[in-house]
Amino acid sequence: MTSPTAPMAAGVRGLLDPDDDRADPGIGRQLSLPELLEALDRSGLTGRGGAGFPTSVKVRAVAGDRRRPVIVGNAMEGEPLSFKDAVLLTRNPTAVLDGLETLGRAMRCRRAILAVHEDLEASSLTAALRGRRTELARLTGGFVAGQESAVVAQLNGGPPKPRDQFRRVTEYGVDGRPTLVLNAETLAHLGRIARHGPAWFRSTGTADDPGTSLVTISGAVHRPGVIETPRGTRLLDAIAPALPIDPVAVLVGGYHGAWVPAADLEVRLSKSALAPYGASVGAGVLHVLGADACPLEIAARVVDYLATESARQCGPCVNGLPHLATAVRRLASGVRDDSLPLEIDRMAHMVSGRGACAHPDGTARFIGSTLTVFHSHVQDHLGGRCPVRRQTRS
Amino acid sequence: MPRSAADTIMSTRLHIDWTRCDGHGSCVELLPDVLTTDDFGFPMPLSHDKEPVIPVRSRVAAGHAVRSCPVMALKIFRKV
Repeated sequence: MTSPTAPMAAGVRGLLDPDDDRADPGIGRQLSLPELLEALDRSGLTGRGGAGFPTSVKVRAVAGDRRRPVIVGNAMEGEPLSFKDAVLLTRNPTAVLDGLETLGRAMRCRRAILAVHEDLEASSLTAALRGRRTELARLTGGFVAGQESAVVAQLNGGPPKPRDQFRRVTEYGVDGRPTLVLNAETLAHLGRIARHGPAWFRSTGTADDPGTSLVTISGAVHRPGVIETPRGTRLLDAIAPALPIDPVAVLVGGYHGAWVPAADLEVRLSKSALAPYGASVGAGVLHVLGADACPLEIAARVVDYLATESARQCGPCVNGLPHLATAVRRLASGVRDDSLPLEIDRMAHMVSGRGACAHPDGTARFIGSTLTVFHSHVQDHLGGRCPVRRQTRS
Repeated sequence: MPRSAADTIMSTRLHIDWTRCDGHGSCVELLPDVLTTDDFGFPMPLSHDKEPVIPVRSRVAAGHAVRSCPVMALKIFRKV
């Protein structure tokens, strides 16, 4: 992945621009917890790590506990198509650390930990950490290792696997303490809201989905990379700086996400606008499918990958995902079996909601979207031909 | 029928710890109106809820299911 290329729209503070923090250090008075909660409420900040949960609600879940909490900044970024947290921590680590420490002081936290993947090139981060109380944890693991209970499990010395969530990490997390896990980019936004105020944050984005997001653009584009874009930007405009090549569809939200077909690229990158597609901005992955790629072949590879990334703990996931991968592979290879789409749909439905984490649900969502958006392509495969492959051969 | 005012707003639900469950199957036998078995022998809520509601008539059987699970993967809890 190349480094970020396109600049942020003029007049808007860039999250990836390190000069911003030097030019405007203004970390004035430390906010108290009630002040910070009010600012978060008014800002409407939601998580930038995937689930998109309101940040103020997550903070409150831990703030109600009498024990001093542990705050974890999550930059594990297990999604193979996402690089935004790595780019953020390389270009502007101060923003993340300021957010983590603003929150940590307001909550009188026992420990503040920034969890990064061991593969992260962390020289600028290490420099930014000097003189701070934040601990750096370099963790291991694949796709599901960034799930919050898996991060907590690893910080407690266990394997990088999600755990059963009957007891939430908010009540029993790192060191058995109430633990708040927030995505690294979410923390950067939080720090800026504390500094510049909720009205400033709401000056970009939409009323129901304010602020900006970092997005990672990949696939059929000339200039892949990470850029910052306001929420509510049209998908078409969001991918434009990356110079897309003949897009057929865009995968929004990554391997657990959903497709938006080329005819609908005017859709806005906001929670409400993407909901009809079963998609959400999530961690900001925008993967462009070009006209020369068979979507079912791509889907078969993705589902195969997701099946191998199972933590191998939960029966429905361990057994169901490989079966799904085989069925999608058969569809992609042009096996003329009309029962395949119904069987895939049945199995996707079967695994949903039946695991310690949402890995089966995310996999089912991606497959469901693939079968819906590429319905005619599926019919062609069942008829023994792939329109894309025929095109490239002729 | 709800037994008390609390029953109308609180529901008794079944939580399955999937990291423990190995598909032994006694819970499916004890709770045929809550669970069925999937293709691989693991319990599957008939309602497709992540944490299915246990009807009043099955609460005693649910208690048996919790105690008879060999890997202690089941919990009963009440939720609004």
